[in-house]
Amino acid sequence: MAHAYTPGLKVLHETIINKERRLPLKGTVTVEKGKVVTPDDIVAKTDLPGNVQMVNVANQLNIDAEDVNDAMIAKEGTAVAKGEMIAETKGLFGLFKTNVTAPVDGTIEVISDTTGQVVIREAPIPVEIDAYMSGSIKEVIPEEGVVIESEGVFIQGIFGIGGESRGDLEVISDNREEEITEEMITSKLAGKIIVGGSFISLDAYKKAIQMKVAGVVVGGFNYFDLEDILGYTLGVAITGSEDLVTSLIVTEGYGKIRMGSQTFDLLKEHHGKFASVNGATQIRAGVIRPEIVIPLTKDQLKGDHKDANASEGIQAGSLVRVIRAPYFGRMGKVVDLPSELRKMESETMVRVAIIEIDNKNVEIPRANLEMVETD
Amino acid sequence: MELRSILATDCGSTTTKAILIEKIDDEYRLAFRGEAPTTVEAPFEDVTKGVLNAVMEVEELAGRKLLDGDNILTPRNGEEGVDIYISTSSAGGGLQMMVAGVVKGMTGESAERAALGAGSIVMDVLASNDGRKPHEKITRIRQLRPDMILLSGGIDGGTTKHVVELAEILAAANPKPRLGSNYKLPVIYAGNKNAADKIEETLGDITDLDLTENIRPVLERENLKPSRDKIHDLFMEHVMQQAPGYKKLMSWTDAPIMPTPGAVGALIEMVAEKENISVVGVDIGGATTDIFSVFQKQFNRTVSANLGMSYSICNVLAESGLKNVLRWVPFDIDEKELTNRIGNKMIRPTTVPQSLEELVIEQAIAREALRLSFIQHKAFAVNLKGVQKERTISDAFEQTDSGESLVDMMELDLMVGSGGVLSHAPRREQSARMLIDSFLPEGITQLAVDSIFMMPQLGVMANIEKEELAEDARNAAIEVFEKDCLIRLGSCLAPVGNAKPGAIVLTAELTMENGDTQKHEIKSGDIVRIEVPYEPVKAKLTPGKGMDIGSGKNEPIQTTIYGGVVGIIFDGRGRPLDISTDPKQRITDLTKWSNAINEYPNLNLKIDK
Repeated sequence: MAHAYTPGLKVLHETIINKERRLPLKGTVTVEKGKVVTPDDIVAKTDLPGNVQMVNVANQLNIDAEDVNDAMIAKEGTAVAKGEMIAETKGLFGLFKTNVTAPVDGTIEVISDTTGQVVIREAPIPVEIDAYMSGSIKEVIPEEGVVIESEGVFIQGIFGIGGESRGDLEVISDNREEEITEEMITSKLAGKIIVGGSFISLDAYKKAIQMKVAGVVVGGFNYFDLEDILGYTLGVAITGSEDLVTSLIVTEGYGKIRMGSQTFDLLKEHHGKFASVNGATQIRAGVIRPEIVIPLTKDQLKGDHKDANASEGIQAGSLVRVIRAPYFGRMGKVVDLPSELRKMESETMVRVAIIEIDNKNVEIPRANLEMVETD
Repeated sequence: MELRSILATDCGSTTTKAILIEKIDDEYRLAFRGEAPTTVEAPFEDVTKGVLNAVMEVEELAGRKLLDGDNILTPRNGEEGVDIYISTSSAGGGLQMMVAGVVKGMTGESAERAALGAGSIVMDVLASNDGRKPHEKITRIRQLRPDMILLSGGIDGGTTKHVVELAEILAAANPKPRLGSNYKLPVIYAGNKNAADKIEETLGDITDLDLTENIRPVLERENLKPSRDKIHDLFMEHVMQQAPGYKKLMSWTDAPIMPTPGAVGALIEMVAEKENISVVGVDIGGATTDIFSVFQKQFNRTVSANLGMSYSICNVLAESGLKNVLRWVPFDIDEKELTNRIGNKMIRPTTVPQSLEELVIEQAIAREALRLSFIQHKAFAVNLKGVQKERTISDAFEQTDSGESLVDMMELDLMVGSGGVLSHAPRREQSARMLIDSFLPEGITQLAVDSIFMMPQLGVMANIEKEELAEDARNAAIEVFEKDCLIRLGSCLAPVGNAKPGAIVLTAELTMENGDTQKHEIKSGDIVRIEVPYEPVKAKLTPGKGMDIGSGKNEPIQTTIYGGVVGIIFDGRGRPLDISTDPKQRITDLTKWSNAINEYPNLNLKIDK
């Protein structure tokens, strides 16, 4: 049977979710294997080397670089406080001395007799990694981090901004076509992950930030409005490090596009439950999509799992979504996957799938289809 | 050993491409090609799997055995296996470097040129005079996590202070390599040889330091080759060793694996040298656009890291502005709708234009990506370094900031385009138009596209160093480049000068290979296409009043020009090209030019509509 690999976004109602939580540098893992954790629990910590300040002592004292060592009061390895004198010239008969003070608290790391520079390193910066979602520690990566395992709902969006966030799910639209408007955002939604239908306007999203909503999950957003939020034009879709109160997860794309029914229905089913979301997106080799994770307790699970990492190809009967004009956003069922190349209106020769949309069969390039992976 | 059969692969970030070149009846030709998804990332994490899959496809097509289980059969044994196997790689984001020099416009620029020439992406150029404070530089180095750093600075025997200062900044930042934390970051020192001891003292312990010849031994001369070679060595020894499966791949190849753009550059350099011509090559990808050029025998490469057709398509829009994209679109479109469409291409980068309207928009964006990349290239390829020239010190100083660009469009002989939007445009006429509109060639220029992006593999072939193979491999590379790699689109003839609308800018009297003659008068503002295959055409070209077609104002030329799959294109639109800001006039002009060359025959754009 004809079969094609078309990556799609995952909309899974029950699956095992593994999350790697890794430190940027080696450090200490603070939990052991098997421990049950909640999202706020710290699982690993480390100290990043402090910032560095370079002081050109030779220039400031107007001496040669090779004389800097003699002029130094504080030697390599000593701790110094901001404003403390670290070097001084001998002056003339003990008079007319000039000196250099430390610009920051830190430790003298290097005194160079070639350049006359003195390197002062500030105190280390502590970094802690939390669990992000509830679950249990499946694996400890010594000195680096852990893998947390959980069971529950796993949904991917197409694009997001803002990093990790969490809160109770609140579906605020009646249906998947409805837009989220400014009036719908109230102070009651502070700290929640709100779910809407097809679109959120710039004003409504700004209001969500103002009301301290934890996250927004919605079908579409305008590309040109991103600039207003980010302060720059988003040229390459690599996000996640923005400092935003409200993470935004777009499930369908730019523009006003109703949320996929599987996604909307699944979120609605879990209205009120606690969810962890991450808007971080990287669209390049090694793609990262934004996600919504809803860990479920044993009594909430039905037991029919699907592997979150498994991916099947499309075949006749598969449910797919068209991801480019002219049928952008439409869902359909695969009728056939002819193997020969077909000529499109653009005269591009491509492999196509025949899709049934509204009882009509249409040819769509396979590259413009997305598998809707449901379970 | 006589080379009869060569297998070459290019491991790109998404696709691994394999080609089999064979010597049949005394000539080297592309025999078969195959491709498969690259397998550097999870769940496979072994580049050789993709290589084997691509080779398997070639094996099936060739109908003879090339693989023995999970190994490539070399050397050839009768009808089985190949004589040599070689590969290039740009998987996993390619080679990402940071370079440093004392003066940004001098050693900094030389270091950048060396790194780019070796095929790397330059993430940042640190310099003593770049205006950043030491702590800002340190923060930047830490953030970037490059694969490798090239440190240069100072002429031999000059002051050592500044370059040691840069080394101290590097030491304070204590940078970590991008791939894995189990090895030290490779650093190449190519600066003032008198500072070598101090550099060793400062960086020797915390980095994997390698010393090589000074990149700028004297002010007036650049010495890039030792650094370029060292970058290739370290790329193999350190960086590639960390990428999944590369150790195995390296054990298979008969020549070192080269970074893909480094190999393309090597090929273009060789073609320019052999034919004694000026060449511009461009490769427009999903994320980046690479431009290579050889003018006055000097090679330059630039990478526009965020100008591409999918992953960075929105950046093209951001940098060029919507108005500049729209000036290539021959119909009205809602601007907000258009930005959302382009945004959707960015987040779904593998989609293809199904409707003609979508294709036209993509090709409009490609024009801007190419135009902007070429502006960057012209600014970088300046008349200075590379060869020794007699000059005074004051000359050298003059060039530090704004050397004169080497790029002279009138001098350009051949332009080669590659990358999806150029190589796979549904009509070759569209590729020709994109090249002409974005690069604006002047005088007589031949146009070609690399249909299946074979240049990387041919580049490694041309660079095989094993003595007994080198000559054969070089010949094979050139032969295949000429016969199978290039699709000759034709020639663009563009007179330069100011002409009144409707004035005759060029009169061309052509004698075809079969003896037929034709006379064409090209008017200002027009494009005229003549269908002629790739064959020599004798041409007498008389420029209109005040116009120049290559020999100077008003000077006629008798020469031989070549057609191609598109033919000979006379471009009477003038240079620089002015496109009307009035939407109605713009649409009329674009439609006229499109129709002249049969670019979008189905768009059904009648001028009177």
